[in-house]
Amino acid sequence: MERRELLKMIAAATGAAMIGGTALLSGCATQTANTRQFSAADIALLDEVAETMLPRTDTPGAKDAKVGEFIATFVSDCYTEQEQAIFHAGLQTLESLSRASHQRSFAELNQAEREAFVNKLDAEARAAAAQGGAPHYFTMIKQLTLFGFFTSEPGATQVLRHIAIPGRYEGCAPYTPGERGWAFR
Amino acid sequence: MSKSNHYDAIVVGSGISGGWAAKELCEKGLKVLLLERGRNIEHVKDYVNATKEVWDYPHRGRPTQEMKDKHPVLQRDFVLNEETQGMWANEQENPYVEKKRFDWYRGYHVGGRSLLWGRQSYRLSPQDFEANLREGIAVDWPIRYEDMAPWYDYVERYAGIAGTREGLAQLPDGEFQPPIPLNCVEESVAARIKKAYNGSRVLIHSRTANITQPMPGQGRVNCQFRNKCWLGCPFGAYFSTQSSTLPAAMKTGNLTLRPHSIVTQVLYDKDKKRARGVEVIDTETNQTYEFTAKIVFLNASAFNSTWILMNSARDIWQDGLGSSSGELGHNVMDHHFRVGAGGLVEGFDDKYYYGRRPAGFYIPRFRNLGDEKRNYLRGFGYQGAANREGWDRNIAELGVGAGLKQALSQPGPWTIGMVAFGEMLPYHENRIYLDHKVKDKWGLPVLAMDVEIRDNEKAMRKDMLQDALELLEAGGVKHVNGSDWGYAPGMGIHEMGTARMGRDPKTSVLNAFNQVWDAPNVFVTDGACMTSASCVNPSLTYMALTARAADHAVKELQKGNL
Repeated sequence: MERRELLKMIAAATGAAMIGGTALLSGCATQTANTRQFSAADIALLDEVAETMLPRTDTPGAKDAKVGEFIATFVSDCYTEQEQAIFHAGLQTLESLSRASHQRSFAELNQAEREAFVNKLDAEARAAAAQGGAPHYFTMIKQLTLFGFFTSEPGATQVLRHIAIPGRYEGCAPYTPGERGWAFR
Repeated sequence: MSKSNHYDAIVVGSGISGGWAAKELCEKGLKVLLLERGRNIEHVKDYVNATKEVWDYPHRGRPTQEMKDKHPVLQRDFVLNEETQGMWANEQENPYVEKKRFDWYRGYHVGGRSLLWGRQSYRLSPQDFEANLREGIAVDWPIRYEDMAPWYDYVERYAGIAGTREGLAQLPDGEFQPPIPLNCVEESVAARIKKAYNGSRVLIHSRTANITQPMPGQGRVNCQFRNKCWLGCPFGAYFSTQSSTLPAAMKTGNLTLRPHSIVTQVLYDKDKKRARGVEVIDTETNQTYEFTAKIVFLNASAFNSTWILMNSARDIWQDGLGSSSGELGHNVMDHHFRVGAGGLVEGFDDKYYYGRRPAGFYIPRFRNLGDEKRNYLRGFGYQGAANREGWDRNIAELGVGAGLKQALSQPGPWTIGMVAFGEMLPYHENRIYLDHKVKDKWGLPVLAMDVEIRDNEKAMRKDMLQDALELLEAGGVKHVNGSDWGYAPGMGIHEMGTARMGRDPKTSVLNAFNQVWDAPNVFVTDGACMTSASCVNPSLTYMALTARAADHAVKELQKGNL
């Protein structure tokens, strides 16, 4: 029994459970995935959306961590058919929303427009998650952006901290606000 | 094939108890054949993921749909992940029947689940060995704590258990290495709980089979705090067959290890009323072999040891060797869990930790001790830990952008959480049996599972939740909330019972030294032998029972009794 995982169960009080990471939705359709492919344009769009959420600052951002590519792999291999359908339709919705509101594709928006646009989607997705039901496509994008980024090498080692072989455990080390957190427990 | 198929002893299964049986018997001078149904995994060399980082996995450790399709049982819970892929039994080749839902997690390879175990190591207490008799449940254990104490000492010293001596009657102290430290939040909560309950409920260091001091005699380095135990440890810092018992057995020159060997039955000599060996299918060649020996140890994991018995000597007993009592396959137990609570701890924002622990804290059983009588029998303990939240926490108000990235790059608030593990009573009605209509890849009948938790466990779960909330509140934890996430038998991965020890051949399968009443040169020393479950993690007890039985077996051999 891996206790570490049990504690995650407790910590799962965060909005929506990890999509594709649980068996919740996989009961009905678990055919082999990969029936829907991501185009290079899809991955580029995901990169731009992810970079809006986690931009490069003095440390690497989502594009540095190749988050778009990771999301495509994860959705294709780990999501159910049903979840993949929601995700792919959501990418189209995202683009058409951008064209409807700004007459341009998401990639053509400036930084301020992108942030406002993504924040609006974020609020919409949170409201949808609170309602329950099928997951919102933006919840999927955000979860995989955060997951893909902070578990990437740049995310885990340059934005967070990681030491492969700590060698000891100190349970009461001093902490100064601003110091980076550990990538893993 | 070896030239001779005869050995002094055959050990079936190379997990925690089989590794111990092999070590003890080899060290006492017996020529031992150790049979393992799965592939070999060599220490360090074959720990293919041990030094990988999460970004080295295409899906960062998460299971793919393909993995889920291949593992319809394992995908029900967290155990199926990219990191331990290949370490769990093939469910298509090795089916079983779920009369009622049973999550069976099997490690079919050398080392078995000793490579994957949770490593929590606690002794059963004097009360645990007496409870069945006192309460009129099932049958009495044929042994008492005093019979086990020296063997617990013995296996703890060799396996290497980190922990603290606490002087608790319900959780006897052992031979410990220095503990894996608590962090300051856990210490604070521990102090408050101790005060609030006047010492009658305590939060202590978990006792875990991770060494904190090097054991050069076994070539083992102390824990490096990577928290990757389940991938096999290149430092040999946690107890496994590979790190500890197998090298000891090998060193004697008396061991023959044979992977890819499914034991299909114990070969029984009805005139001598003894086993004469085992029949094996080689899974690489599909050839059948016979191996003979003076004694046979069944350590194939609780249900598979019983499966072997059920499939043996069926010309004499329809339901197999050891079934004359009517108890073979019955009295299945597990630990029921997935009830717990958690919350936030304030006032430690200037504290953090260094290193990743493979352990946490333990709250030993406190219910139904002394004169207390709840509306259920027995009790439960809690396992848990405190940590600061990481990047996966929820910060709704930050939206997206540089501010979110900055905030998530820093640790969040301290949280503490714990989960209860409760004792399950041995019910005759909870059973496994052979289903001859369903066959595995080798044409062998498979097990059917018919197990459920009953009123006693359900009543206990209410306390498991309520007490968790109360304990954390008393510990100064804020925003405490808890839940019963639901439990299905098997999820605890602590299968016990089905060939219980007892005092009477009419009501038990094994005697006080784990010998099958109907074939005293057959020993069963894995979870199958358990007469009751206690609420503590069982593996340490299997180690002690195995060492004790091996000692007895060799003495009996020397006396000419076997």
